[in-house]
Amino acid sequence: MAAPLEILTAPLPAETDPGDIDAYLAGGGYGAVRKALKSMSQAELIEEINASGIKGRGGAGFSTGMKWNLCADRFPRYLCANADESEPGSFKDRLLLESKPHQIIEGMIITSYALGINLGYIYIRGEFFQIIDQMEAALADARKHGFLGADILDTGYDLELYVHPGAGAYICGEETGLIESLEGNRPYPRLKPPYFPAAIGLWGQPTIVNNVETMAQITTIVDMGAEAYKAIGSEEDTTGPRLFGLCGHVNKPGIYEYDSEVTLRELIYDAAGGIRDGNRLKGVIPGGISAPILTPEEIDTPMGFGALGKLGSMGGTGGIIVMDETTSMVDALLNASSFAAHESCGQCTPCREGVPWMNDILRRIRNGQGREEDLDLLLDVCKQIHGHTVCVFGQAPGVWPVRTILVKYWPEFRACIERKELVVPPLEESYLRPDQYEHIPPVPGNFRLKTEEADAAG
Amino acid sequence: MATPLEFTEATRERAAEILDRYPDEYRKSAVVPLLHLAQEEWGYVSPEAMACVARLIGCSPVKVAEIATFYPMFNREPVGEHVLAVCHTLPCALTGCGSVFDHLSEKLGIGLGETTADGRFTLRKSECLAACDRGPVLLVNRRLHTHVSPAKVDEILAELDKG
Repeated sequence: MAAPLEILTAPLPAETDPGDIDAYLAGGGYGAVRKALKSMSQAELIEEINASGIKGRGGAGFSTGMKWNLCADRFPRYLCANADESEPGSFKDRLLLESKPHQIIEGMIITSYALGINLGYIYIRGEFFQIIDQMEAALADARKHGFLGADILDTGYDLELYVHPGAGAYICGEETGLIESLEGNRPYPRLKPPYFPAAIGLWGQPTIVNNVETMAQITTIVDMGAEAYKAIGSEEDTTGPRLFGLCGHVNKPGIYEYDSEVTLRELIYDAAGGIRDGNRLKGVIPGGISAPILTPEEIDTPMGFGALGKLGSMGGTGGIIVMDETTSMVDALLNASSFAAHESCGQCTPCREGVPWMNDILRRIRNGQGREEDLDLLLDVCKQIHGHTVCVFGQAPGVWPVRTILVKYWPEFRACIERKELVVPPLEESYLRPDQYEHIPPVPGNFRLKTEEADAAG
Repeated sequence: MATPLEFTEATRERAAEILDRYPDEYRKSAVVPLLHLAQEEWGYVSPEAMACVARLIGCSPVKVAEIATFYPMFNREPVGEHVLAVCHTLPCALTGCGSVFDHLSEKLGIGLGETTADGRFTLRKSECLAACDRGPVLLVNRRLHTHVSPAKVDEILAELDKG
């Protein structure tokens, strides 16, 4: 059994207000900022982050060091910390925002200093009212203590950080959508290339958009040093502590901190206390709603980004949605699809039209009016959307859940259509085993179902 | 023509503080935060409120309308004194948000998106509120309630009644 960690989730001393800067300072807070600004050059800091091997925690698992290195040699540059946490099943950023606001601010100061940034924003989703208030207060306290403003810690370095609130749109979590939103435009994601805002970002300038957990982890890396940091987890896959959020039908939902070597089975059955009522597992979404679902036979996998990628799924945000044998996968997929249909920003036709279309088809299947051709139609619509949109939204929450839940639970969907009602078949008859369909890599145009065998199994 | 809406003095100061957060040539960046202020002041964002925000930014009202009509959080019509939003995304659905919504709907006598005749309550559904380990969750105005059950709904409504 992997050992739980207490690095990001280290408990606060009893009765401590997480926003209280004096308590944070008393516990050694802002030590990483002092260390970085007083004793490290910008180049040394960038090298430290490169050496740590950290992959960004926003969901794509992209190397943070590489992102920083892509920063174009132009000034001014800007920082945007992404706290628009909206991926269904993800709640780790909320935990950090609620419990460690100053650790996030520290990471933002260090990042800004390393990259020569003098102005940054933390983009917090609008529904996080209490978090926004707390973060505003925490930034004001940091300013009062001389960690923000002009001539920080007498180093001659100036930095201002502000909160920028969102207003309820999932698409603002996409980094170029976030930038458009911050510019006061409709948050339509930008056409790529340029692939990275580090080349052309906010107001046309080089911009680093990092997830807030990544920001908190930057503080950790500077605190403990890259050597100690990369000893956690696996250098081949993902270094550093990970936050895994378990929800759904587990006995002890919550955030659990482990390295990436922990297996999904250990998280479900050991950390989160197993499935409710002693029920059996039916399916698990391992990294936010966009992450392709895994069936009970697939949970002995380490939770690294690479390991889950090999299974055709992804690490995503580490938000793990567990569903027991009583769950209707038709209902679950309809729910996921309704979210995607509601949140499509409307910029690209395949996503704007296709995602709600799939939602309509799924609703009629759920209501016992599914047609014989509906499952093939769904797969066809998936194919029309995939790779044909400006951003990854069309495929991530739009296509991937449909494609993978539908394929893996094909017999259950077939049963609903054949019996013209919502049915939840016995667990054994509800899903296909991995050898009954062809591997589903999340790339366009490479997607086949062994239909005859699937039908035979159904 | 109606008198143009203007923020109160206190809100104007907050608006100035918000505008200071962005470089002067990019004042338009303040549009979403200023729309939040407008909604706090008037409860919803009317065309007159959009015009007020546009004057502060120095852009045309239609530019503000373009933004106000995109984001789900901006009410375009008056809402109840208390806005109740039940999260209905998958993790909350798995933990029973359906019974929470149905109970609220029955107690208040209104359906999705409706406001009670006395103007006290508006009932909504919300997408994932990122508190999936504590579901079902219910956002009441600015406050998040977790582990909500029909019984807890009764307590929350009683508390709101006390005012």
